[in-house]
Amino acid sequence: MAKDVPPRWDRRMQQRLARGEAAALGELYDRFASLVHSLAHRVLGDEKAADRITREVFGYIWENPDAYDPKQGSMRSWVARITQGQAVARLRQAELGRGSREELEQKVRSANAAARADYIVTSMPAPLRAALELAYFKRRDYRQAAADLQISEDEARRRLRLGLQLLSTANVLPREDTAPPGYGPRGYGTTR
Amino acid sequence: MTGPTDDTPDDAYEPPAGGPALIPGPRAAGDDLDPPGVLPSAPPSHAVLKSLLGAWALAACSAEETQAVEDHLTECAPCAEEALRLRDAVGLLHPEESLDLKPLLRSRVLEDCLGKRPARIPVPVWANPYDTETARLDALLRDFGESEWDTPVRLKWFEEDRRRSHRTTVAGVIGHLLTVDGLVATALGLDDPLGPQAPSGGPTGRTEHYWKSAGSPATRKVREPWREQGHTLVRTVSFAGRGVAELDVDYGAFALPLGDAFLERAFECWVHAWDIAEAVDYPYEPPSGPHMHRMIDLAARLLPGALAGRRRSGLAAPARGLVAAGAPGRTLHLEIEGAGGGGWDIALDSPAAKPSREHTVAEVALDGLEFCQLAAGHISPEEAAVGQTGDREAIRDVLFAAASLSRL
Repeated sequence: MAKDVPPRWDRRMQQRLARGEAAALGELYDRFASLVHSLAHRVLGDEKAADRITREVFGYIWENPDAYDPKQGSMRSWVARITQGQAVARLRQAELGRGSREELEQKVRSANAAARADYIVTSMPAPLRAALELAYFKRRDYRQAAADLQISEDEARRRLRLGLQLLSTANVLPREDTAPPGYGPRGYGTTR
Repeated sequence: MTGPTDDTPDDAYEPPAGGPALIPGPRAAGDDLDPPGVLPSAPPSHAVLKSLLGAWALAACSAEETQAVEDHLTECAPCAEEALRLRDAVGLLHPEESLDLKPLLRSRVLEDCLGKRPARIPVPVWANPYDTETARLDALLRDFGESEWDTPVRLKWFEEDRRRSHRTTVAGVIGHLLTVDGLVATALGLDDPLGPQAPSGGPTGRTEHYWKSAGSPATRKVREPWREQGHTLVRTVSFAGRGVAELDVDYGAFALPLGDAFLERAFECWVHAWDIAEAVDYPYEPPSGPHMHRMIDLAARLLPGALAGRRRSGLAAPARGLVAAGAPGRTLHLEIEGAGGGGWDIALDSPAAKPSREHTVAEVALDGLEFCQLAAGHISPEEAAVGQTGDREAIRDVLFAAASLSRL
């Protein structure tokens, strides 16, 4: 996963939040609000609900900055994990009694995969992401993508394959005792 | 350098059976250059076919390559497994929804948080509008591509009662904000974004220096230092003692106490965000009522000084008699309507005179947005839709003084 922010930023942010610095809270919001909001929206498909999750997630972080452990991964991944946990919990609540248990689990599974996939796409190295965007959204074939990106065709094929390999980890079902990929160990980053 | 390696028209392409419908068909290659010959006539090797799996799953290879990959998948289990996995992954690709975060959400989230756990180191109230406005502008810039950053923007202001304007780009506007915010940074002892050789002088001189010395036109790279400096300013004043609000910020021709300078910078940030939004045809909301109220209040407090300055230059009618400092003098009542509105009594004869209800000679009423547009130099005093009663000369002088608050 790309680390666009040095770990030092993460640790420093945690210290500032712990110290009760309102300016740090603003910076935290500016850095992660769109990630939190879009993940919540992907899971819940509703803007109001995503707004609410956003408030809850930042409220939780502000009240519990010490719950973040820099050794377990980036703050970004921690924030994503809290968001996904909170949004999926809300989805379960909202869907309860609306269908069979299997249907609910299916919904939760695909919401989880969609959220992880979004996170993976936004965190993957920019060159991989750019190649995927050209091939998928702009419908360029790999030769055209290579030309657009001024890279060899070999490299274009490599990036498309690697990008999809990263993305495919979102579909891996986490076992109870293991972590879903991308975020760090299981149980870490849950709000309760 | 790209082109299909075979003669099969792409129209003849059939998506792999059972492939997810989300996979778009490859579109016709738009070039006519020599094919690079990735696939020689000999059957491609396992390594080449494997390297094509990603492109295959995205339907981003030629029909011949697609066929070769699919033939290979029937006889190579590891590749078949990976192909399936990658094709499922394509189903997870999703256009990023350009859901604009509602600007008000930020204030609500922060308020929520601070209600749950009060800040031990709060942001001073006078820095809040700056914090909010810079965050709002930054959110607008977030999704801008190169073309948006290069979009021309015309900055408008009033100088010596004439309309002035300057053409720059979105990136140039952010550079302007960075440069002028730098006045506040240096007042706080922080680094000057223009470096140690920064010219002395006010916002205009600094901005012109920046635009000239940047050599090439500003690019999107200016966003990061601008944002970083904004965060640093807010952090720095949070840690400073109470008295910091009174610290003078030198604007060249005049100075403002730090608290007012933050408000002035918030106002400028909003006004230029508005310019940018207009240039790229995005909607942009005015600030929240309480923040706008503070900005209007600053302008109202600056009006007597601006009037006096214009009088000295012969641009405004002379004072009607001397008023001792602190004594009540002729007054204009400014009534601002809408969100952020309120009533302000403006001393007409001297900044030192005390406004007084009894000495009110004129009343002016206008909408908050309209007043801000006037003070920003976006509309002329003649254009402003103003309700007025009383001394016409006083009204004219005040409206022109409001417009004169604007600058580059």
